Amino acid sequence: MGETARQREGETGLLSPPSAPADAPPRPLAPSSARRLRGSGRWSGSLVVGLVILLAVLLLSVVGGWLVDPKDGIVGAVTPSQPPSARFLLGTDSQGRDVLTMLVLGTPQTIRIGLTAGVVGVAIGLVLGLLSGYFGGWFDGTVRVLSDALMTVPGIAILLIIAINVGHMTPFLMGLTVASLSWMYPTRSIRAQVLSIRERPYIAVARANGASEAEIVFREVMPNLLPFIAASFVGATSGAMLASVGLEALGLGTNDVHTLGTMIFWAQKYSAVLRGQWWWFGPPIAMIATIFIGLFFVSAGVDRFANPRLRQQT
Amino acid sequence: MSLEYLVTRVGQLLLIVFIAVTVNFLIPRAIPGDPIESALQTRIAMTGSTDVNVQEVAAAYRAKFGLDKPIWVQYLNYWRDIFRLDFGVSLVDFPQPVISKVQAALPWTLGLLGVSTAIDFTLGTLLGALAAWPRAPSFVRGLLPPFMLLSAVPFFLLAIVLLSIFAVELRVFPPGGGFDPVRIVRFNLPTIVDILYHAILPSMSLVLGGIGGWALGMRAMMVSTLGEDYITFAEAKGLPARRVFLWYGMRNALLPQVTRLAVALGSILSGAVLVEAMFSYPGLGGLLVGAIAGKDYFVIQGIVLMLIVSLALSLFVVDLIYPLVDPRIRYQR
Repeated sequence: MGETARQREGETGLLSPPSAPADAPPRPLAPSSARRLRGSGRWSGSLVVGLVILLAVLLLSVVGGWLVDPKDGIVGAVTPSQPPSARFLLGTDSQGRDVLTMLVLGTPQTIRIGLTAGVVGVAIGLVLGLLSGYFGGWFDGTVRVLSDALMTVPGIAILLIIAINVGHMTPFLMGLTVASLSWMYPTRSIRAQVLSIRERPYIAVARANGASEAEIVFREVMPNLLPFIAASFVGATSGAMLASVGLEALGLGTNDVHTLGTMIFWAQKYSAVLRGQWWWFGPPIAMIATIFIGLFFVSAGVDRFANPRLRQQT
Repeated sequence: MSLEYLVTRVGQLLLIVFIAVTVNFLIPRAIPGDPIESALQTRIAMTGSTDVNVQEVAAAYRAKFGLDKPIWVQYLNYWRDIFRLDFGVSLVDFPQPVISKVQAALPWTLGLLGVSTAIDFTLGTLLGALAAWPRAPSFVRGLLPPFMLLSAVPFFLLAIVLLSIFAVELRVFPPGGGFDPVRIVRFNLPTIVDILYHAILPSMSLVLGGIGGWALGMRAMMVSTLGEDYITFAEAKGLPARRVFLWYGMRNALLPQVTRLAVALGSILSGAVLVEAMFSYPGLGGLLVGAIAGKDYFVIQGIVLMLIVSLALSLFVVDLIYPLVDPRIRYQR
């Protein structure tokens, strides 16, 4: 009942006639989709490009972690406001910290925040989506109304209220904070898929064979959800990382751990842009942009598995 | 439009407002410690000022909120204050009421957001439709990939890059703010020009980052619309290409775009707040940065509430005018 015409239309698009029933499940997934995900030579180009970009970022931060001295990331460790040179490859900030060191230490933290929130968000989404899609009833109604309502709220507003009330922010707590709003899309996409899987003949066969509800959920429904779980995970991780970088740039991040977002915050606070210190604000921006472009390619690639309809349109 | 739909939709609006107010009320109370006193203490430790009497202000707040009363009484009182538009007073600019600060900032945010979204929606939709149109000039298709990459980058990072290029290196645009600080803001032409001049860079960062998403969605819809039989028929009939493109193609592919606009407004608003923060724009985002830096707790709460409620209201309006955009939509189940 809580579903509006807008959301209904958003799910089905114009590809189905407007007179289709509101709760029509999305088009059934081709049965071979799970096999395709395991890679029978059908890896899409953009997925590979995205994964290569993300692996390069990870490699850079791991290798860089061996080469830099974490002490150079502490205020006053090196000569302040130096442009890039042989001694300081990416220069130093006005607080006397080495930019390369902060970048190398900050990148894995930002990724960790995104992954934490992605895992938590998808886990919640999986449980809620399975329960509400498979069993329906009042639980389904509540979950749907709540996730609809939260999806239309500007995320930053709720996250702000949580973040300013967290006494001592750590990357893990930041991950949990942004996870509080990263479960709605996974819930909805998994629920929609469960609705469609529930009606398949093999579920009826399993039930006729005397399988318990739990067995059906875990052995018949779950494996067919894998592509959707993968797609939701990429989406949730990227959304959460975006939110965390934003909160940190506003000054709600960790003070004692470097992340890409807090680097932006300090650069902004000490007017690095107005002072023309491009080597200070440039590297974190470039790194964040690279990560998001990588995620963009990965999600475009994963969507092809999760949404066979996309493959037909060039 | 059926009455049932209207009732459901109003219910959803009320639910969002209810969640916003309840979250605003509950979360500070769920965290151990006295938020008011600790916020005041932090502020005083930070500014080193002694002209605010912590105990006095905190006591005033406690009496006002009735913090000694049971929690449900506090909750009801909280609602009563909201209905009176009483969000407390600013701790930084004590005793200026929060509502006056938020009220002054809101038009800036709505103006910047409204104009930028209108521009990037129009340009992006047009670009996407042209990219699917076989007779479009070939450079149009070349525009798509760069805009899609830009759309993957957060708005506020584009803002910093634009700021550094156009305001610091080239010095063609002002480096922030909503108007010239020495200007007396009145309703006359120079003021309007000045405000527009200051709005160009912030809105450019929203537009550049927004076009790609709209173009991508529109292109997909347009590809499937152009495959329809009535397009072939219109072409066979000898209709001019422009007419087929605009009225047979775009007109029918447009609806999911409007849908997406309604769904995306929340994240656009979040992005705009951050862009404002980067430009010290006088909207809610600019206000927010100062409030966070100064731990101005009640101002932050006021901004949060205002963000949620104004977005919920605009979505409500969008939903109601929806059947006007496309008569195929009828609100029924």
